[in-house]
Amino acid sequence: MKVGVLALQGAFGLHEQVLNRIGVAAVQVRTPEELVEVDRLVIPGGESTAISKLLDANGLADPLAERLADGLPVLGTCAGLILLAAEVVDGYPGQRCFGAVDAAVRRNGYGRQSESFHALIEVEGWKSAFPGVFIRAPVIESAGDGVEVLASLDGVPVLCRQGSAVVSSFHPELAEDDRIHRWFVEQE
Amino acid sequence: MAAESMTGRETGTPLVKRGLAEMLKGGVIMDVVTPDQAKVAEDAGAVAVMALERVPADIRRDGGVARMSDPEMITGIQEAVTIPVMAKARIGHFVEAQILEALDVDYIDESEVLTPADEAHHIDKWAFTVPFVCGATNLGEALRRISEGACMIRSKGEAGTGNIVEAVRHLRSIIGDIRKITQADSAELFDWAKQLQAPLPLVREVAETGWLPVPMFCAGGISTPADAGLVMQLGAEAVFVGSGIFKSSDPAPRAKAIVEAATNYRDPHILAKVSRGLGEPMPGLEIDGLETRLADRGW
Repeated sequence: MKVGVLALQGAFGLHEQVLNRIGVAAVQVRTPEELVEVDRLVIPGGESTAISKLLDANGLADPLAERLADGLPVLGTCAGLILLAAEVVDGYPGQRCFGAVDAAVRRNGYGRQSESFHALIEVEGWKSAFPGVFIRAPVIESAGDGVEVLASLDGVPVLCRQGSAVVSSFHPELAEDDRIHRWFVEQE
Repeated sequence: MAAESMTGRETGTPLVKRGLAEMLKGGVIMDVVTPDQAKVAEDAGAVAVMALERVPADIRRDGGVARMSDPEMITGIQEAVTIPVMAKARIGHFVEAQILEALDVDYIDESEVLTPADEAHHIDKWAFTVPFVCGATNLGEALRRISEGACMIRSKGEAGTGNIVEAVRHLRSIIGDIRKITQADSAELFDWAKQLQAPLPLVREVAETGWLPVPMFCAGGISTPADAGLVMQLGAEAVFVGSGIFKSSDPAPRAKAIVEAATNYRDPHILAKVSRGLGEPMPGLEIDGLETRLADRGW
């Protein structure tokens, strides 16, 4: 299995480190040719505006949309969640959102950097809580019936799954805990 | 200051502060002096903007004392864009930093581009919730800033010159010494700490990990996509562009080209494509002819 990490901008290096730590070879994806090669894809945190524009500049937007429509397993964290959502409530004109998860998100919904935080997240079926790091994080404002909410914080969904797409508003790549990455690469 | 709320949410911790720097990697942070410039930067794909009253090239030309920007212009830029907004405080001027924190900026740059307020002390950055970036010309300076609480280091270069040579010197110095330290034995690390005038635990951490404990970006003199590619290939994790964009003849396409160069820095074909037809870059300055060397500020 070849796991790609979208390496246009953001915390792609940290995702690679976590994947390597759990024994999974990860490759950086910047071009359509590199995207064709991967069986799974991680879309990292970063600035969603910048990543969205770079998807267009590097000719990746359409090939990525096609692969997502074909059911490419994908993990999107923070900016990755924004790109995989169906709707960006306060998006700028032309913002890419691929609709892999039927959710509406608000960018920076948790506030500016002064309100960035970490908190323990209770994930359904997990024995211990997961350390969630939220950096200028997007808020999931609503999720459709097809979306499985795996974890919430104060009643707001923060970790969701729909089909082969998993999204979080926090950054598992910033935690010492690799359970979300393990679970992503092990799921059917 | 780090704080824990009733709901168990912890803000202002080192992890949260460093976390934002991690999210800016591979990106371009642009100096802007108006809300309109901030929009141009955001549209080009900047990951953050640095709000200031004058770009370094103008500060250098005008002379006099350069201070923190007017809060009104910082607020105007915060309202204009959704990406993070940074602002500069003078070295050692912790009250300017308090004001910037009250304005809710996302990052403070304790910057040698402004006139230093203290000739011996930098700001105690641990005392703040807002994260700080500081400049460094060598590894010792970088580790001293980290020991004071900086969560991001940028190599200083020589701001406002459009000349990449100092940025390259500083990056090579920092990264070269990191490489040497990883080869040192445990006894030699004591001497490294002494030579670098840096805390031993940080020197040991660098020796173990082969990198700084925080991200390292590059600033000072970047004015073309090729410059961005150069410093990224040398090991910078993101770039700050000060005067290089808005002192060029056609800022918007140049801004976009530098953004694409920072992502595709290893691909000369893409660098060739994005470098075409950008108009005149900012006029450059020879380092030997400078009256003031900004990089010498900081201790």
